[in-house]
Amino acid sequence: MMASGAMGLLFDISDTFQATLEDVAPIIGTLFFFQYVVLKRPLVNLDRILFGLFMVMLGLTLFLVGLEDAIFPLGDAMARQLTDPAFLYPAGQTPTYLWQDYLWVYVFAFAIGFATTVAEPALIAVSLKAQDISGGAISAFGLRMAVAVGVSTGVTIGCFRIVSGTSLWVYIVVAYVVVLLQTMRAPKAIIPLAFDSGGVTTSTVTVPLLAALGLGLASTIPGRSPVLDGFGLIAFASVFPIMSVLAYAQLSAWLNRRPSKPSKEEGNAL
Amino acid sequence: MDKHIQMNNLLSSLHGMIRPLLGALRDLAPILIVIVVFQTLVLQQPIPNLGSMIVGFLCVLVGLALFVQGLESALFPIGENLAHAFAYKGSLLWLLLFAFLLGFGTTIAEPALIAIVAKAADIAAEASLIGNDAAAREAYANGLRLSVAVSVGLAILIGVIRILKGWPLPWLIVGGYLLVELMTPFAPKEIIGIAYDAGGVTTSTITVPLVAALGIGLASSIQGRNPVLDGFGLIALASLLPMVFVMIYGLLVLG
Repeated sequence: MMASGAMGLLFDISDTFQATLEDVAPIIGTLFFFQYVVLKRPLVNLDRILFGLFMVMLGLTLFLVGLEDAIFPLGDAMARQLTDPAFLYPAGQTPTYLWQDYLWVYVFAFAIGFATTVAEPALIAVSLKAQDISGGAISAFGLRMAVAVGVSTGVTIGCFRIVSGTSLWVYIVVAYVVVLLQTMRAPKAIIPLAFDSGGVTTSTVTVPLLAALGLGLASTIPGRSPVLDGFGLIAFASVFPIMSVLAYAQLSAWLNRRPSKPSKEEGNAL
Repeated sequence: MDKHIQMNNLLSSLHGMIRPLLGALRDLAPILIVIVVFQTLVLQQPIPNLGSMIVGFLCVLVGLALFVQGLESALFPIGENLAHAFAYKGSLLWLLLFAFLLGFGTTIAEPALIAIVAKAADIAAEASLIGNDAAAREAYANGLRLSVAVSVGLAILIGVIRILKGWPLPWLIVGGYLLVELMTPFAPKEIIGIAYDAGGVTTSTITVPLVAALGIGLASSIQGRNPVLDGFGLIALASLLPMVFVMIYGLLVLG
């Protein structure tokens, strides 16, 4: 049993490794073509670079194999267990499958969104930079919290959408209209940062986990279909932090302005 | 002597693994903590297939660390160097070709995208939207991935032209989102979720650093441009256009 499991893993790895060659070929081809044919400059440290490319391929292979064995099943199992009628309803009670019955799904969504975001290294770097640029008007900690609250609110509302089976595009349209209105009013310097925070949060590990969670929810909740309702959580996790960061910037600009300097220009200068 | 240098390179590469390994662990740890808390306190059920899941997690951990370390020691230096070289001199045609291929190539290699399109193909096959054989699923997954990659390539191309010409970014973005919303009613319902998700998936581990390097290089080579704003503009466009292209792909394939 143990041996066959290990053999299976090795077969998976060698299969995936071959596919990975095709995945990385375009970018390697592009870089080498421009380096040698267009720029006509040989690469220094070629053996180090080749070793690095081998690490990229091996790493991608292991990551994809592990995703199949761990992240996807885990997201799916959590969704199944949290929506299991035996867990939702005490023995003897008739299942009603109303959206309010799925409280633990929302709590889990919020916790996962918050936990994956708050420790994200890219976000920590960005928020420290923002603190510098703004001369302390924006605190790094406050910004990190704003992004984390944005992501977790987004994922929670996204799960509510799957549970309730409502249309994805309505939520996204409303979200972008809000973002648009905020963009017109928010301090200028924060805008690129706010939009960036949407991209930063959806990391390589978070994306597959959210996909598995959404698809698991859509396939276990009665009346939902994975094809129609399963996707969309990543979109929520990308839009909502934009909103929360802009809101945070507006709030801190307003608080800074209020006590002494009533001039609008001062607040906008950040 | 040469051997010695090679050994040193190898050792420094392995030594460099420690930081990305910690980084990957930091990515995974919060997820694991939340899940363990839920399993023990809320669900009070064992995790199914715990053994293979632990092996899988180790694969993800080591894989992510190797991937990031390999990128930093091989692809990023070449890519950043080229991005700067083309941003500062050289013909416009090569710059535009480079911009397109950089966006295309990095997106094809993006791990999260590979995983998501495979999942989307499985779901579509289960719902009988496409054939249920491996070939049909692979064709659908590759079609999705190519749509996203071509759209990111085009987005970077448009973004570079925007930086050169100084077009205002907000109008491009607002226009792009209007296009997305206008297309949504016409796209097949089954594709909309994946299309909207595609925007967030593309801007990840490998695309962002290389594309940002191109944007920052370009912006700092032209007077009166703001590197922060222009570098960001490329990424913003790269998460917008995939939504449009995946919906077009859905219209063509699922129609």
